This record gives sequence, C-alpha cells and structure tokens, in this order.
Amino acid sequence: MTRIFIPKDVAALAVGANKVAARIADEAKARGVSADIIRTGSRGMLFLEPLVEVETAQGRIGYGPVSAGDVASLFEAGFLTGGAHALRIGRPEDHPYLARQTRLTFARCGIIDPLSLKDYAAYDGWRGLRQAIAVGPEAIVSEVTKSGLRGRGGAGFPTGIKWKTVADTKADQRYVVCNFDEGDSGTFADRMIVEGDPFALIEGMTICGIGVGATKGYVYCRSEYPHAAKTFTEALQIARDAGYLGPNILGSGYAFELELRMGAGAYVCGEETSLLESLEGKRGIVRAKPPLPAHKGLFGKPTVVNNVLSLVAVPTILDRGADFYAGFGFGRSRGTMPIQIAGNVRYGGLFETAFGLTLGEIVEDIGGGTRSGRPVRAVQCGGPLGAYFPRSLFDTPFDYEAFAARDGLIGHGGIVVFDDTVDMAKMARFAMEFCAIESCGKCTPCRIGSIRGAEVIDRVLAGVRPAENLALLEDLCNTMKFGSLCALGGFAPYPVMSAVQHFREDFTPRVLAAAE
Amino acid sequence: MPEASAWNAERAAEIIAEHVGLEGPMLPILHALQEEFGHIHSAAVPLIAEALNLSRAEVHGVVTFYHDFRREPCGRHLLKLCRGEACQSMGSESLAEDVLGKLGVGWHGTTKDGELTVEPVYCLGLCATSPSALLDGEPLGRLDAEKISEAIEEARAS
Repeated sequence: MTRIFIPKDVAALAVGANKVAARIADEAKARGVSADIIRTGSRGMLFLEPLVEVETAQGRIGYGPVSAGDVASLFEAGFLTGGAHALRIGRPEDHPYLARQTRLTFARCGIIDPLSLKDYAAYDGWRGLRQAIAVGPEAIVSEVTKSGLRGRGGAGFPTGIKWKTVADTKADQRYVVCNFDEGDSGTFADRMIVEGDPFALIEGMTICGIGVGATKGYVYCRSEYPHAAKTFTEALQIARDAGYLGPNILGSGYAFELELRMGAGAYVCGEETSLLESLEGKRGIVRAKPPLPAHKGLFGKPTVVNNVLSLVAVPTILDRGADFYAGFGFGRSRGTMPIQIAGNVRYGGLFETAFGLTLGEIVEDIGGGTRSGRPVRAVQCGGPLGAYFPRSLFDTPFDYEAFAARDGLIGHGGIVVFDDTVDMAKMARFAMEFCAIESCGKCTPCRIGSIRGAEVIDRVLAGVRPAENLALLEDLCNTMKFGSLCALGGFAPYPVMSAVQHFREDFTPRVLAAAE
Repeated sequence: MPEASAWNAERAAEIIAEHVGLEGPMLPILHALQEEFGHIHSAAVPLIAEALNLSRAEVHGVVTFYHDFRREPCGRHLLKLCRGEACQSMGSESLAEDVLGKLGVGWHGTTKDGELTVEPVYCLGLCATSPSALLDGEPLGRLDAEKISEAIEEARAS
C-alpha cells in the first residue's frame, strides 16, 4: 500500500488541499491502486501548498503546488513511485527552503500524522517529559533558565526566570496558561504547530506544570483558529486516554490537567493580563502590573503565561540539554526562532532558524522578493504594532536587541512584505484605526489617542497645516507610547512613526499632489 | 453553516447549567449560546447573571466587549474577510471594496435577502497565502475577485 501525505493545515485547505485529497482518492480507486492517504500538518513551504508527498524507495517525494486538475497527470507520470512531473520537487528535506533551516520546534511538523501517538513517539516525542520526570522540578526550571530561552510571544522575557518566580511563590494552586491568541497579522507559527504537532504543546505544558508545581493548565486559543482548536481538542483526549495527562502522569505521581478555552475576537486578549481577565470570564481589560501574573495571575494564583512557541521549545531543551539549545543563536537571543515570511512575497512560509540572519537575507534570499514581481518597498516586522522598515535597514540582524536599537521589534517573528504600490500613509492610518477598534479602553491615550491619531493623519493628507499636524502626530505617539499600560497603545506608535520617518514622501498632502 | 435554533429559555438554561461548574464559565457559556441560537439573545443576559451571581450589567459588559458575540442574528451565510496587513499587501482592501459594493452592504452588513453577512476579521493566520477569508468557517486563500464571487455564489446556492 502506497502512503500519500497531504496536509490538512488550514493554509493548505484554503488553497484546495481537501479537493486534491478527494481527487487523489477517487483517481486511485478508479485505477485500482491501493493508496493510504495520511493527513499531516504543513511543512511550512506555503508557496508549494497543496504539497503532496508520496512514500517511495528513495524516501518521501513531494509534488506541489498541486491543484485538483493536476491529479490525473500525476498518476499518468507515475507519481506513486516518485515519477518525473513538472510539479515534482524531490525530497522536501532537500529543498533549499527546508535544507537551510534548523528545525527544532518544527522538527515533526508536516511529517507526522498530528494525532498519532505512535508517530509522535517515533520522532522523539515524550523524551523531554520522561527526562523532566526523572530530574524533578528544580532541575527542570534550572535547565530552562540555562538554555537562555526567551518568551517567543514578543516581549522576549527569560522563560526560566518566569518559571522560577512562579515556583517560588507560595500558593495552594498554581496555573500554566498558554497564550495561543496569535493575533498579529503575518504570524501563523503557533497555529501551524498546534495543527501539525499538538502533542508537543501538551508535552511542553506538562513539563512546565511539573517544573513550577502547577496541576492545571489552560490553552487560550483565538476564535479565528477553529481548525487548530478542533485538532487540539482531539489531541487532548488522546493524550489523556494514554496517561500523558491526568492525576498520575506516566505513573510518576505528578498530576497535570489541561483545558482548551476559546477567545472571542478581541486582539487585546493576546496581552497576558487581558487574557487572564478573559479566562476568568470578564471583559478583557488590561491589568496594571505589579502584581505580576507570576505572583498573582489567574484567579489571583501564581501563573506562568507563556506563548505556544516558548512551551513547544521546552521538550527539546529537556531532551537534548540546555547547552544544545543555547548553542544556537546570536547575542542574548539564544536558540531558534520560527520566522514567518508573509504578505506580498514569492516564497512565503515558515522558516525556523537560529537568530542572526539579516532582514535583507530573509526577505530577498529566502523570501525571493515580492509575489507581484515589483520591488520591495517596506517590510513590517512583529505584527500590526511593529515598525515598517525600508530597504536601507535590511542589514539589521534578526535579534531582539538589534531590532530594538533601530526602533523596531521582532515580536512574534512575523514579517510582512509590501511592494512599491503600498501607500504608507494609509498603512500608518490603518495602525491607528486598528488600535481604536481593538483598544480595551482602559488607558485614555490608547482609547482616544488612536482615534485622534487617524484624524490627524487625515488632516495631514488633506493639506490642513501638514507640518504642524505631523508634529502633533509625533507628540500624540509619544503620549500613547509612554501613557499606555500595555503594548497595544504603547506600540501602535511604532508602525505610525516608522512610516513617517522612513517614508515621509507618502505624507505629502494629497490635494497638493493631485494639483501638480 | 448549521441553522440556528429559535430562542428557547429552557434550552438556554440547560446550556448555562452544563457549563456553570467550570472555572471562569462566562465565555464558554456565551460561545455555547451563540452556537445554539446564532446570537446572544437579550433574554439570555438575566439568565446568565442569575446563574453566575453577577449583575446584568456585568454580563452585558462582557457580551459587548468581544467582537464575536452578536446581539442580532446574522445572515444564513457568514463571510469573514481578512483586513490584516499581510492581506492588505496583496490587495485585500480593494477586494473588500469590490465585494461589499457588489453585495450592496457595508462591513457587518447583511444582504437584503438575509442570505449573507460580511464581517471584517483581523488575521486568520493565512498570511502567506493571502488575501484570505473564512466563508461559513471554510478557509479561502490566494483570493481574487473572481474566486471570491464564485465561492459566494456556491454558498448561496447551497
């Protein structure tokens, strides 16, 4: 029986993977060929989706991007034995896009059946958990600290220090909360890993629970990700039935239980204190810190709040050791970062690599420039609250500190490419508009400043005292930056001010430009 | 998309009772009610308040905070068009203008025949295959005017 692998990652479904799978099944039946179709996560080469792989004597051979109309010709070409075809890419792992990566977090993604415990174990699954049980809580926390892992959600706070704070806070109940409210445009790494390798998140959270003495965990998933939620719900049940969750994990005496909770379309709930309010069943209004969630978090109890990618990195750290993980990276940014290359880009996808590549290498060499074929003009890094970088900053290394030094942020690792048709004044205005829509309303500079910000940009473009209004915009941005509790109001000025700074020509009054 | 049931206070009370034992049951209750009835009926608010020992104002506050919770039913089909930056870089704004114009509705609007509601969404995580949308929960990527019209027609015909 030939095994055929077709992704069921929602990005593959969006470009027709289900139709392709159905057509392959029909065609195989019509030709009397016995084929076993296995639905996997995505390899992350999204420009090749739907990417169909066939198990052959030479290994798995990929074909992509396949449309339903290509299926008959694939059978004609003998693709079940790796036959030649215009869409044949060879072994996916030899494809330059994958060959250049260091896949630690995404090692299994796209290869295994996401809900197969057998596959997960065959690719080193649960080894980190077994090691964690063997060494015990203190060693778990010190190993994660030693690895240099920093929170992958965006803030880059050292994960081990957060865990130690929670472990050291006396309490009758502690919680582990996974922030799966991946709202930044241009990011999809959390979604991909939860769809493609959900047991890795369960394993990482369980290790965290044992490490900090928490017996209960929550995954807070955004409602825009119904497919990921479905896969994760199934994975939870399978893990529970097999004893990887529950009152006595693998007979170790440690207890840990996990529950999935859905958000409801509020971007601000990706901010950790707002997320906790939401989990408690309230409006997602940001809390003032202190107290830190590590001291008083969910229901007032000490709580680890970590991003999906931080937690999924943990099993590798326990299994292969802190030194192995810390051996990758650049400066104080250790380990690997799954970079998400998106927007108007030729080779969009997920690229996991050690920190330190330059922005230009990511956009031009790996991303291959724009999908439209026009010149790259601007790149937004770190989501809707990240700065727009022009080509002149393409020498910036992908690293927390290097980006901060240039008034930018890497955030959750999303990179959105724009070609030369982009109107940067419009993008700056959109940043303000988005902030106004999503503001939780707690801080006046964010709630009202964002609305005024959009109005000020409108006045600049209408030619109403443009110089004065641009100065006012800068002043307003400073008020938002320093007068907001969280990153929504605090960082919305980044896209706005970077657009003004690097693309000033787009802020010329439109009436004047039209008159010329 | 499954048809929503008509409002039924008894059924609503059952749904609330199923979730009331959870830690932080509010959002799970609201999601379950919306799943059943297609929106959060105003009569649900006092029921939830009573069950969770909260004021009606607190429940109302939560319902109105989150973009997902609707206080009116939507059309028979629901199109969520992404307006995130990654989709904008591939022309989603002009695509949206085109779709809304053809349907004769604005954002959050429902066509006159009650068939289709169009809502904005800020990122579906389909950023490398943009522009993107969800139509009745099914993902659509690499969209253009033709593809989206076809998908809408197909949904309306179903």
